[in-house]
Parts: sequence; structure tokens; C-alpha cells
Amino acid sequence: MTMAVPQGEGLAVVCRAVTKEFRQGSVIVRALRGVDVEVRMGELTLLMGPSGCGKTTLLSVMAGILDPTSGSINVLGSDIERLTSRQKTAFRMKNIGFVFQMHNLLPALSAMENTAVPLLIARRPRNAALAAARQLLEGVGLGERVDALPSRLSGGEQQRVAIARALVHRPRLLVCDEPTSALDAKSGHAIMQQLRDIAVEPDRAVVVVTHDPRVIEFADRIATMDDGRITDVRETKA
Amino acid sequence: MLWIAWRILVGDTAKYLGMIIGVAFASLLIAQQASIFCGLMRLTVSQILDVEGAAIWVMDPDVQFVDDIKPLSENELLRVRGVEGVRWAVRFFKGLGRARLAEGEYQQVVLLGLDDATLVGAPQTILLGSLDDLRQPDAVMMDRRGFERLWPGEPLSVGKTFEMNDRRAVIVGVCESRRTFQTFPVVYTRYSQATMFAPHERKLLSFILVQNEPNVDADALCRRITQQTGLQALTRNGFIWKTIFYYLRQTGIPVNFGITVLLGFIVGVAIAGQTFYLFAVENARQYATLKALGLSDARVVVMILQQAVVVGLIGYSIGVGGAAIFGLLIQNRSKLAFFMPWQVLLGTGIAVLVIVLAVSVLSVRRVIVMEPAEVFK
Ligand SMILES: Nc1ncnc2c1ncn2[C@@H]1O[C@H](COP(=O)(O)OP(=O)(O)OP(=O)(O)O)[C@@H](O)[C@H]1O
Ligand SMILES: [Mg+2]
Repeated sequence: MTMAVPQGEGLAVVCRAVTKEFRQGSVIVRALRGVDVEVRMGELTLLMGPSGCGKTTLLSVMAGILDPTSGSINVLGSDIERLTSRQKTAFRMKNIGFVFQMHNLLPALSAMENTAVPLLIARRPRNAALAAARQLLEGVGLGERVDALPSRLSGGEQQRVAIARALVHRPRLLVCDEPTSALDAKSGHAIMQQLRDIAVEPDRAVVVVTHDPRVIEFADRIATMDDGRITDVRETKA
Repeated sequence: MLWIAWRILVGDTAKYLGMIIGVAFASLLIAQQASIFCGLMRLTVSQILDVEGAAIWVMDPDVQFVDDIKPLSENELLRVRGVEGVRWAVRFFKGLGRARLAEGEYQQVVLLGLDDATLVGAPQTILLGSLDDLRQPDAVMMDRRGFERLWPGEPLSVGKTFEMNDRRAVIVGVCESRRTFQTFPVVYTRYSQATMFAPHERKLLSFILVQNEPNVDADALCRRITQQTGLQALTRNGFIWKTIFYYLRQTGIPVNFGITVLLGFIVGVAIAGQTFYLFAVENARQYATLKALGLSDARVVVMILQQAVVVGLIGYSIGVGGAAIFGLLIQNRSKLAFFMPWQVLLGTGIAVLVIVLAVSVLSVRRVIVMEPAEVFK
């Protein structure tokens, strides 16, 4: 592909004609069928749509953990489909923060240690990493629970640790897959509020995949997907 | 990241212990069986080890091992003495005798006849009496184990008599000797005496013990002796290995122990491998998360290897330690041979290393092949 991706002002992610096919034996699943979408800096973008429409697949492609079958993706100015797998790994380490549906904390590490993991991967000294982690945990209201193991935390607290971990290395793109779906309404609401409050910054874009209509109120922009395509993008008054 | 690997490892206590037990069991089995094997092999050569002071053994060309006696004629001794580089050469008799005790019972004994003048080949540890007493008429020295066998419950003493070949033998001393396969008592005496104790035969010279001149290489001298006399000449070590190889070739011992050692290896691979694999599979999500967060495959591999090495080291230590304790416990209590030279420790270590590496390769594959995208599943 030689087509240049237009890098608009303040765009964190630009996807052009992105497709992704999965091969399952002789069956080919076309998860993405030509996605064109942009994610803006300083905004919280929701990615919504029915189950199986390709939201997680698109998010994975944007985050550089899944290679598209065709199309081009520019993330933070880098054409990541051109990066080698090793470069992509380094790119993620530096630029991407992740919040997963199932928090994915390491069960043997304390909240603070879990939060420090991205800095440790970036080879920051352990003490500095832990200090930064503690600060962020205080920021999400878990200053008292820094030494607790994930199993000792509630679902909402675990997800707050996950948010702290996603932000500790100051990534410029934060991707969240169903961050509230394992939580009750109240904790889900609190988590979205927290994401809005501390994650959204002028120099950072936040993409949240969800099919929970209650989180719409936290979005700046909502992209709707259906059957592997973006069907609608609209701005909201967050 | 290494402390994280460590924490992931010990965080899963059940599997962590399972893997250690697997490796420990395997190394215990391997080290213990190998030590018993080495112990048995050492038994086969203890009669050579018991003879110190001579660098070279000369014998009939057809002799295969230390108990395979094919006597030489007396003038072979003179011919050996005539070979250049031989400092001295003396007679050594080794044969079986039949002791008739005062009570009228008979007992087979190993009869050793030492050169009358020099007593080369004499026992190294004398518990009772002195070597010089052997020069008295009819004098013999018996090993402690033999004494205890012939006179159970009695304290070691000198002065006991028995008959061999209708001649009186007086015990003038008690000594230690290494255990052998045959558990017969060992009777030391002078060569001239031994020829009378032994059943009548035409030739009695079992071995010629030779010392080389200080400036002459023992191996070279062996070759020269063989060349000039047609006899078989071996260094002490050479004779030890010849005997061991004979037993290896002629008996089922190596096969039997080989099978057990292999079994230990397979059991170790199976237990440790399976647990480690399960461990890797169950922790795959953690590794996928770390990979998504930007941890390179190379560093993931290092983490897994570190976990495997920790498990291997701890399991190895427990297993080898257990085998050593087993060896100490049985040392005095049973007739089982047990000998753990450093080669056994090294060999077991290598086996454990192979187990651990094989297992990590499996796990590494499982974690590396996995896409980081699996974290969103
Ligand atoms: N690794 C894979 N192998 C095969 N098919 C896959 C794979 N990942 C996703 N798919 C298929 O691709 C399609 C899109 O999946 P995706 O997970 O992106 O949907 P989604 O919108 O996130 O759904 P949900 O809301 O249920 O999470 C689905 O039909 C799914 O079965
Ligand atoms: Mg999904």
C-alpha cells in the first residue's frame, strides 16, 4: 500500500479501508469489512454496536496487537501496519494504555506493583516505578489499598487499578474494551467518571468499546459499528 | 521483570510445588539409581583398590577381570623383572581357600598371598595386630567382616585358629577390606604360606605386581612388558576399568539400571513437564497481558526460563540431597552398595537441565505463539 494516510490536525488514529479476516478451518470470518474512522485527540470516543460486529477486532488493530488483513492505520503519526512486530511491541510500550474487560491484573502482584508494570517493562527503576504507581493509585482513590492483592479488591477497585496501570506510563492513546461490563451500574458509572476525569487530556485520545447505553453520557463522540463497518459517527455534548 | 517472573511462579503455589516435586522425584530416582550402580561397579573392583603400592598388574593375556585367575609360571616373574624400567616385581597370589573351623564347619575364603619379603598388597587398615606378625609361622590376617561372620557376636581377637588344606592357620591380626560381590572372608598371608594353604595346583602365581622406575611412564612400561613377555600388563586404573567393562558387558547390570534411570527421567519429564505446561497455559493470559503492554517475546522467554531454572535448581537440590541422605542411611544398615561420585551429581544435573529446558520450550511455544490480541478475549 502506498496510499498516504492524511494526518489531520489533532487526529490520534486514522483508519482507512481496514479489513480483517479470520480463518477458521475452511471458513473465513470477515470481522472488519472496510473500516474508515478517525479518533480525535483530547476526546473520549465510544465504539458501539451489536455483539460480534467487530468492535474488539477494530480496537485490537488500533492498539497494534492485531495485524489487519488490508488497509492502513495511522496511530499517533505512525503507520503501524508498516512496523515490524518488534517495533510494534516497542510502540505499544511507549504509546498505548490498555483497560480490559476482565482487568487482567497479575494475581500475584499487589495493586501498586500491578500499576507499575508498564514502567517496569519500559525498564524504569523499580523504586521510581512503584512511586509513580502509588501516586496514580491515590489519584483513583485507592491510596489505602496499594498493597492489596487483586483478589482482595472489589470488581470496581480492580478496574480502577487497571485504569491506573493504563495511565502510569503516560500513553497518548488509551484503549478500553468493555471496561464497565463486568461491573454493577454504580461502579460502572464511577469508572466512566474516572476515565473522563483523569484520562481525557488534550494530548491523549481515549477509545472505549461498549454496548452499554448508559455510558453514552461520558462520550465526546460515538462511532457505531455494524457487521464489520462503521455505520455512523456523531458528536455528543459531553 | 525477573522478580515478576518469580512472583508469578510462587503465586501459583500448588503448581509451583508440583513442578518441584516432579523434578525432585526425577533427580532422586536418577541420582539414587546411578549411585547404586556406581556402588555395584565399585564392588567389582574393590579387590584391586585394596592393593596399594604397585602401579602395574601383570597377568595372563586371557584374564578378563580381577576374579578371572589364570596362574602364571614362576619364570614369568624373572622375565618381567628383566624388562627395562621395572623397578621391582613381586608375586601376588589370589585364590579361594577352604577354611575348616574348630567346630568342623567349612567356609570358603578369599586367600591372598603377599610377597614374603615386601608384603606388597598388604591391607591398608589394620585393626588388630601388626603387619609384621604375618611373618610368624602359620600366620594369617583376616578382614573384620569375615571375622564377624565366622565368629558372630565375639569381639575381634587374635589367636583363633582354623585349618586350610590340612594346615593350621593362626589369626594374628584383623584388618579392614572393601566389600566385594562375594561376601567370603578375606585371608591375608605370605605367598609361601598361601601356596600351602591353597589346594594343590601346578602353577600358583596369579599376578605379578610391578613398580616402574620413577622416570619411566607406567603406560609405556605396560606396553614394553607385553611386548617382551607376551603377558598382559595393565596399570592399576587400567585393570579397574577392564574389570568394570567386563561386568558392564557380561551382566544385565547396566541395562537394569539404565532402565530405572530412564524411568526416573521419563517420570520427571512427565510430572514436571505436565505441571509446568499447565502452569504456562494457565498463566498464558498474564503473559499475553504483558505482551500487549509491550513486553518483547525475548523477555518473556527469559522470564519462563528463569522460572524453569528456579524450579530445576530447587528440585535438583532436594532430589540429590534426598539421594545422599538415602545413601547415608543405608550405608551401615544394609548390604546395598551406594557410591555417589561427582559424576553422578553432574549427570543428574544434566538430566534435570534437559528436563527443565524441554519443558520450557513447550511452554515458551505456548506463550509465544499466542497473539497479544487474546487478552481481549
Ligand atoms: N481470533 C478469532 N478467530 C476467528 N474469529 C474471530 C476471532 N476474533 C474475532 N472473531 C470473529 O470476528 C467477529 C468480530 O469479533 P469481535 O470480537 O471483534 O466482535 P465484538 O464486536 O467485540 O463482539 P462483542 O460485543 O461480543 O465483544 C466475530 O464474528 C468473531 O467471532
Ligand atoms: Mg468484544
